[in-house]
Amino acid sequence: MIQASHISKSFDGREVLEDISMDFEAGMVNMIIGASGTGKSVLLKCMVGLVKPDTGDVFYNDREFTRAEKDLQTEVRREMGMLFQGGALFDSQTVQENVMFPLNVLTKQTPEEKLDRVNFCLERVGLENVNEKMPSEISGGMKKRVGIARAIVNKPNYLFCDEPNSGLDPQTSIRIDNLIKDITDEYKMTTVVVSHDMNSVLQVGDRINYMYKGKVLWTGNGDDIGDSDVKELNDFVFAGKLMKVVKDKL
Amino acid sequence: MKSLGKFVLFIGQLFVRRESFGTYARRVIDESIKVGYQSVFIVAIVSAFMGAVTTIQTAFNLISPLIPDPVIALVVRDMTLIELAPTITAIVYAGKVGSNIAGELGTMKITEQVDALEVMGINASSYLVLPKIIASVLMFPVLVIIAAFISIFGGYLTASITGVITPTDYINGIQMDFISFQVVFAMIKAIVFGFLVAAISSFKGFFTTGGALEVGQSSTKAVTSSCIAILAGDYLLAYLLGPLLTP
Repeated sequence: MIQASHISKSFDGREVLEDISMDFEAGMVNMIIGASGTGKSVLLKCMVGLVKPDTGDVFYNDREFTRAEKDLQTEVRREMGMLFQGGALFDSQTVQENVMFPLNVLTKQTPEEKLDRVNFCLERVGLENVNEKMPSEISGGMKKRVGIARAIVNKPNYLFCDEPNSGLDPQTSIRIDNLIKDITDEYKMTTVVVSHDMNSVLQVGDRINYMYKGKVLWTGNGDDIGDSDVKELNDFVFAGKLMKVVKDKL
Repeated sequence: MKSLGKFVLFIGQLFVRRESFGTYARRVIDESIKVGYQSVFIVAIVSAFMGAVTTIQTAFNLISPLIPDPVIALVVRDMTLIELAPTITAIVYAGKVGSNIAGELGTMKITEQVDALEVMGINASSYLVLPKIIASVLMFPVLVIIAAFISIFGGYLTASITGVITPTDYINGIQMDFISFQVVFAMIKAIVFGFLVAAISSFKGFFTTGGALEVGQSSTKAVTSSCIAILAGDYLLAYLLGPLLTP
């Protein structure tokens, strides 16, 4: 379980996060949704330690993280996997080298063990026979899947995904969403997904946190989202024509 | 001053939370190939012409019946060892390797590859930058030695082809009044310049924010700052160690 407690962050005097507190349950896909510029990605970066919040702390299974000693932070980080918006694959390395990277640096496994694990993870995300390809030679959706394979290769307890569907077609998006959901269930991970894609939210979100202007306005699950009386959430969820039709039918 | 303080903190960060020795050893070998082996060609070309031009210019400007011809070769040797081989090669090296380092790190930064390393629990600055600095400090002296040999040989070839000085006089000249500390001095400069180029370029690249435009700007700043640091370092070393070069 991950707990974000009273997180605030300002950039150049502009408050991006205002006293955010959220719980992220283990074995669930916890979603943070909201319009662009509401502070979702900043919150995610605060949680993984890429940005230091001005106030507040993040706890991983009751272990203080944000203000902990570097060694403890490193220990917690080695239990994390993260899928970045653009994939963040190392472009000087092949797909196999990218996925094997955490094992090479962080473990003492034999080359055979590492290769087996890499092939298992690549198969798990539906990628075969791409081991020797460079990131520049594969599609955006494949990059995301390689990113997921790299994120799970070291069997993390916590998985973070920053806009996993951005720039992908609807079918590939659904495939990525289902993959994240299946992996979360399979490994009983605490998964946190930042997204503004409502299809994705309804498809895989076990628990949903809606952010608006640096604050959490609503928390609930996919079934309740349509019944919310929070105006900002309704405006966000039912912004598209299709969603308006769905609302009318409901 | 703020940048200098940030630079010192950055260098300090390289030595904390390091990975295993084997990880660094592999990275240092890879980086040595990139910064050393792949720079030999440009260094060789520049050095050959540097020696050739120095020989011709010295010969044309040292026309006096009181000055024996071998002095031309002596001047070429001293200029090459004391100044041209380490300093000019360092400036060429800053242009080639410095811009490459800043561009590579800048691109990794803006495409979140550096963040990916941090999230894995790896000290990204140490993992990415320390091997580059070690490789540069190890390989740049080798490049300077190559540059010095090729430059002096380039002078010999020019002397032979143009006849401004006979090959025998040239060989005699480069052996005249040789002070072995010149080589030590060149190596000290090479180590200092190798460190400056890699460290400054890494610093500029590592703190790149924005997009492709900023990566280009970081590369330019890396080369400019490295060149200024090389020239300032050259002055300081000449001031401190210059007196030891006298016979």
